[in-house]
Amino acid sequence: MNTASPFLDLEEAPRVPVRFEGAPLDLPEGANLAAALLAAGVRVFRHTPVSGAPRAPFCMMGACFDCLVEIDGVVRQACMVEVTEGLEIFRPHEEGRADGAK
Amino acid sequence: MAQSDLIVIGAGPAGMAAAATAAEYGLSVTLLDEQPRPGGQIYRDVDRAAPRRGTILGADFSHGATLTAGLRHDRVTHLGGAVVWAIENGFRVSYTRNGRGGQVSGSRILLATGALERPMPLPGWTLPGVMSAGAAQILLKQSGVLARRAVLVGAGPLLYLIAAQMVRAGTPPLALVETQSRGALLSAMRHAGGALRGWPYLSKGLGLLSEIVRARVPRFTGATALAIEGDGSAEAVSFRSGGKAHRIGCDTVLLHHGVVPNTQAARSIGVSHRWDAVQHCFAPVLDKWGATDVDGVLIAGDGAGIGGAQAAEIAGRLAALGVASDLGMLSPADRDAVAVPLLRRQARELAARPFLDAAYPPCAEALAPADATIVCRCEEVTAGEIRGYAKLGCLGPNQAKAFGRPGMGPCQGRYCGLTVTGLLAEATGQTPDETGYYRIRPPLKPVTLGELAAMQDTRHDAAE
Repeated sequence: MNTASPFLDLEEAPRVPVRFEGAPLDLPEGANLAAALLAAGVRVFRHTPVSGAPRAPFCMMGACFDCLVEIDGVVRQACMVEVTEGLEIFRPHEEGRADGAK
Repeated sequence: MAQSDLIVIGAGPAGMAAAATAAEYGLSVTLLDEQPRPGGQIYRDVDRAAPRRGTILGADFSHGATLTAGLRHDRVTHLGGAVVWAIENGFRVSYTRNGRGGQVSGSRILLATGALERPMPLPGWTLPGVMSAGAAQILLKQSGVLARRAVLVGAGPLLYLIAAQMVRAGTPPLALVETQSRGALLSAMRHAGGALRGWPYLSKGLGLLSEIVRARVPRFTGATALAIEGDGSAEAVSFRSGGKAHRIGCDTVLLHHGVVPNTQAARSIGVSHRWDAVQHCFAPVLDKWGATDVDGVLIAGDGAGIGGAQAAEIAGRLAALGVASDLGMLSPADRDAVAVPLLRRQARELAARPFLDAAYPPCAEALAPADATIVCRCEEVTAGEIRGYAKLGCLGPNQAKAFGRPGMGPCQGRYCGLTVTGLLAEATGQTPDETGYYRIRPPLKPVTLGELAAMQDTRHDAAE
């Protein structure tokens, strides 16, 4: 469906609306959030606090912490979160966010 | 606090088999696992994925459903989505589940925490678009998501498996770039006797390879000078093979050169580990039932040393027999009698390992990366910096933390620990055992104050 994504999505689950960095996305309900964001064409999940380098999921099993995103003010591993309707997802600690980081 | 005879951490093949077997012998079992549904990584989400994608994933994957079925037992409490962050003496296990803390206690504990991909630090390996081959497998199994334009890089049977699965799904990889040489294969032939006993494995491997060749996936071997190029995300893999320089454009790079025991939980409670020179990793010191040198703590599955899913399942059953006998539910004579056929099967499952370990050795330039290559992904510490610490007198990984924070980011050394030990050992001339490994302390995973504050009596947690 998403031809801009580097990933092909075989899953035919009903979709629910969420937002990533304010942009609306329809993701499969109950899906693994990191997988769903990748399939939707999101390439950069966060920037590192050390150098600002872009990162995206690496291990998909909760070990590498490269897929960190911010949901409801908590920084979480996207690969350990299930998609639910209305999720507001942000890159953690980005410039201009209310948490004052950086 | 909920009380069990046995607490099992990890619902992969070892953990599931152990939980079911222990329950059969009358033990109460609490099985904690980070994933919402059982299977571990090898059988990730098997109950949902096998009906949907069984033909792509293959019969070996669907076998996992026989293990998840074993968990439907009155004496097994399976807590899915439970992230364990502390194990304390006695044993008390603390975890987070559904946004709040919880605790369970048990008289014996089995760690079935499986394997991690061996870290593969190459230039550009931190770029978005670079993932482990295991991650690609998880994407396919759990989510039905496949990389459209991927290059597979590294060594080992898992690369053939994911490549064949991608072919079956209609998105073959752009290339298979293997780092092992023909020399490694020849030297592996001295293990051919064992390999013949492990023939089912090798014939499966050859079958996968022929699927890949039939799909005309370009294959390179003995690749060196590997680098991932890209501005902001992966755009190409460059390497040398057959005396020529190659560059293959892509969107996704999948890395793999073996898996290694995930030792975080075991190390956090002081289990002794020794360097395994054949598998090139640390593994816990165990008896034949999987018992460690910490009283009441057992380890089964790939966390005990890499043996694969079938061997893990058998090891889980053996550990459960050990615990059942230990707790008086089974006489030592009966335990030994039941174990005989299991030990025989285990030996057969492990027969092909020496051949595989020798034929697909870790990629040399990822074990000793170039100075500019990042080895600690979290704190962005390079191999050159680690070598610099050694020149200043740094002898081990824990001291290295004081020099430049390697291993102190959120992954707590999971993806740099072996590299840092290897680099320091190489620089100081000490063995990996002398060099040691990061000291692992709880919390094993981050826990928020909100989750702690929400911790309460969790007796009713099991009923959810």
